Amino acid sequence: MSGYRLATAGRIDRSKPISFRFDNTWMKGFEGDTLASALLANGVSLVGRSFKYHRPRGIFSDGSDEPNALVTIGEGAAATPNTRATMVPLTQGLVASSQNWRGSLKWDLMSVNDIAAPFLSAGFYYKTFMWPKAFWEKVYEPFIRSSAGLGVLSEKSDGAVHASGWKHCDVLVIGAGPSGLMAALTLGRTGARVIVADEADANGGRLARESLAVGDELGADWAVGVRAELDSLPNVEVLPRTTVWGVYDEGLYGALERTERNGTRGTHWRIRAKHSILAAGATERPIAFPGNDRPGVMLASAARGYANHEGVAVGRRVAVWGNNDNATRTAKDLKAAGVRVVAELDTRKGDEIVRTKGRHGLREIFLSDDRRIEADALAISGGWSPNVHLTCHHRGRPVWDEERAAFLPGPDLPPGMACAGAVTGAYALSDALRQGAEVGSDIAEALGKPAPRLNVPEAEDDPREVSAFWQVKAKGRAWVDMQNDVTSKDIVQAQAEGFVSVEHAKRYTTLGMATDQGKTGNVLGLALLAEATGRTIPETGTTIFRPPYTPIPMGAMAGTHRGQHFQPLRKTPSHAWAKEQGAVFTEAGLWLRAQYFPQPGETHWRQSVDREVIATRRGVGICDVSTLGKIDVQGRDAAAFLNFVYANGFAKLAVGKTRYGLMLREDGFAFDDGTCARLSENRYMVTTTTANAGSVLRHMEFVRQCLCPEMDVHLISVTDAWAQYAVAGPQSRALLQKVIDEDISNEGFPFMACKGLDVAGVPGRLFRISFSGELAYEVAVPTRYGDALIRRLMELGAPMGVVPYGTEALGVMRIEKGHAAGGELNGQTTAGDLGLGRMVSTKKDSIGTVSSKRPALEAGDRPALVGLVPVNKTAHLQAGAHILPPKVATKTANDQGWVSSACHSPTLGHDIALGFLKGGMARAGETLVAWDGIRGVQSDVTVVSPHFYDPEGERLRV
Amino acid sequence: MMIDHPVLGPRDVREFTVLGDASLIDRPDPTSPDAAKLFHDYVHLRDNPAGIKRELWFHEGGDRSWLVVTRDTLSHRVLSVALARDVARRNRETQA
Repeated sequence: MSGYRLATAGRIDRSKPISFRFDNTWMKGFEGDTLASALLANGVSLVGRSFKYHRPRGIFSDGSDEPNALVTIGEGAAATPNTRATMVPLTQGLVASSQNWRGSLKWDLMSVNDIAAPFLSAGFYYKTFMWPKAFWEKVYEPFIRSSAGLGVLSEKSDGAVHASGWKHCDVLVIGAGPSGLMAALTLGRTGARVIVADEADANGGRLARESLAVGDELGADWAVGVRAELDSLPNVEVLPRTTVWGVYDEGLYGALERTERNGTRGTHWRIRAKHSILAAGATERPIAFPGNDRPGVMLASAARGYANHEGVAVGRRVAVWGNNDNATRTAKDLKAAGVRVVAELDTRKGDEIVRTKGRHGLREIFLSDDRRIEADALAISGGWSPNVHLTCHHRGRPVWDEERAAFLPGPDLPPGMACAGAVTGAYALSDALRQGAEVGSDIAEALGKPAPRLNVPEAEDDPREVSAFWQVKAKGRAWVDMQNDVTSKDIVQAQAEGFVSVEHAKRYTTLGMATDQGKTGNVLGLALLAEATGRTIPETGTTIFRPPYTPIPMGAMAGTHRGQHFQPLRKTPSHAWAKEQGAVFTEAGLWLRAQYFPQPGETHWRQSVDREVIATRRGVGICDVSTLGKIDVQGRDAAAFLNFVYANGFAKLAVGKTRYGLMLREDGFAFDDGTCARLSENRYMVTTTTANAGSVLRHMEFVRQCLCPEMDVHLISVTDAWAQYAVAGPQSRALLQKVIDEDISNEGFPFMACKGLDVAGVPGRLFRISFSGELAYEVAVPTRYGDALIRRLMELGAPMGVVPYGTEALGVMRIEKGHAAGGELNGQTTAGDLGLGRMVSTKKDSIGTVSSKRPALEAGDRPALVGLVPVNKTAHLQAGAHILPPKVATKTANDQGWVSSACHSPTLGHDIALGFLKGGMARAGETLVAWDGIRGVQSDVTVVSPHFYDPEGERLRV
Repeated sequence: MMIDHPVLGPRDVREFTVLGDASLIDRPDPTSPDAAKLFHDYVHLRDNPAGIKRELWFHEGGDRSWLVVTRDTLSHRVLSVALARDVARRNRETQA
């Protein structure tokens, strides 16, 4: 308990107090606070427990680089874990909770891990939990998972979504610090379309948190003025609280805007920009010394930032220590704000901290020269690391700069990107301002805009001399990556065990692999690895930076595509009617189709399906088949085109006739089947299976455009244009004749006839085709009449006992007839396998014909379509079973085929199945075993014809 | 990736479906004496260069035209785009 609110300093609005809760305590902050600054102002120094050792941790930074202060925001389903307290603006009623403890934050039972630390070093679980093997899944892993880790997901839906959208601009400015603002202003005044994205408030970046002057005003005030001008320009859009997290091809940038609007949790933007200016600044880095992770130890820039911006003293006795001039400036700012500075230490003067003390927060620091300083906060600076991350997203590599002891952007920037400000190593304020203006002017010129040379304001420069100093070599653990609990010892150990490559050392120690991606610790870890291996930092190299720059919630990626909106849902024109009938629906592709229609008293789906089948076979049933793909084919060469697409002949199909068609892939395997009706001389209607509607159109367009470019033929999908119903059963003609005036008798409209005609007063189409094996028709009307037509047919058919039937009954009837469907057309079967070998015309060339003659595809022992019935008629058959000879071992070598479709046949009174069996129908009469290892059942089956019902097809020709 | 559609201008890659190598336009002659081998190669054999590649892309979320896209697989840079139908027609003319 050490931080407090200063009486006067800071840029918060003290007239607007805000109440918030941390764990169980209500506290007060002000408008303009972040959660982190408000916690510090309330004297909270302990905010969480570390990942592995459960060490007490406090606030370490004042930006998105924060490794320690991860909290859960919100409660219940809406709780968001692992949120950086430094990035959360304080709002009235905010509820935040600390993470990763058992018992209490202060007295964490798991802190026993810290005592066991010698056993938990790098790679410990690769070595420790090897034996016994069976213990890993049941004992070790659950234990490690429950003791390590950070926040916990609520695993409940909070109902809130992230919005998503596109933005386009000439120039995307990433970061609204001094250089970013200067560049945006230069470009904005030329009329270029500019977007400025800033992960904080877009009011000057670090400059807003410093005491430096620009011109004759405070830099923070200058930034507010520039921001106001940018806001006034119609061609400039400023996006505060928006992190550009990834750079993709062709100037595509991923950006997450965290402002909550219209009930969303933020907006995920895809921004297309001709140019971008990376003005992402730099991150201060720590120094490794024993006990450097204690609450109260923090970055020097953060310590003065809290004093300058939020008027918060981070401690009552603050020590400052660094390897550069930054420390001096920190002490100056702190003193000016009224904070008591108890020591100003500098590695360049030989000051080295060798130990710290304080159970839940810093109390004392010990120096190598035996000095002992009482301090409750220590501001440290190990130099600065430019935020080069986005420059590496196209595999560019940063280059080491000895003078600044830092990685700078490499020569291979993503196309269109330029850098300005501290990210280039231009740390001095005047340099940053000038670079921003220059880069802005250059891009304005490239865009062909008149480039005004802006007057770059004078700026107060601070000395930035740095002398590399990475670690204090003393007894005790010194943290490098605080979020993943990686110490300098782990790095030395990794090197000793042979993990000398930077990529191996990273994975072995997990350095930089936590949610902060090692923003503060990476370069330090690299320097220690270089030292341990006796190499220079350039020789050691660096791991590559990949997106995202900061963590992106999965929900932001998903946007509104979640739950039922994960993919589009397609409903047939008579969906509402089916729902009224109590239909149970099933998903078929994107469609919802009625699966069966339970009636009062039916308690099992089989009862409904059996009833639908029997009623259809005895009387009449109606099934919605609107989901079948429908392709309108027109043109003088339509006949020739279809003759090429289908394996069977289509050249001679007469006008007014329909034909079953089989398409092959060019490799000779069966692709899809359906019907094709010739409506007029140059017009055909092709139907496809529901699942393949898209891929068949794509294929036919490929054939049309790439293989038959000389043909006059055009295709269009009309799947959604027509509502289509199968009307099947002996009474189907009588029923349809009630809505159709034209003659549809067997003579006037024979099997396979098709015609455009008037249906109940609207222009429709009629096809005499049958999937059920009964006398049947498919009747189509324009989509908007579908609902009316089915209601009319059900009403008119009531006296003859009409039933609606769903996809289950449809499936039963097609299996009874031995028709192929998805289980048979699985992409591995040929026309011959399907019993359709004779359909493949030998008189013409069509897609797949040549390849279908390959010897292996015509081999006699290929599994071919057969029917199967159980020897014991009460036994059940299921798709997926293997077919084996009787009394053999159940192994692959004995496998002779598989069951592709199975159902109970209410017509025959027992189960039936279709399957593929080596030798096919030549083995009719044999008794074999259908072995279903997954469900643990097997049945003796007899091989029969796949045409179980009316094999001669007499019923459909009456 | 952006594809500069010859008719519709630059479009985002997500509007397209890729099929593969543009050699699929050059379907072999089925009457050739070695048609079986030619079709085997046509169906199964593809070059997979690290560099310049010609591919067939389908503007499924657009005008349903097939395009021949020449791009660099190392940089994702699209070098040229043509209507596959025009390419196929030109091939016929040069063969004739």
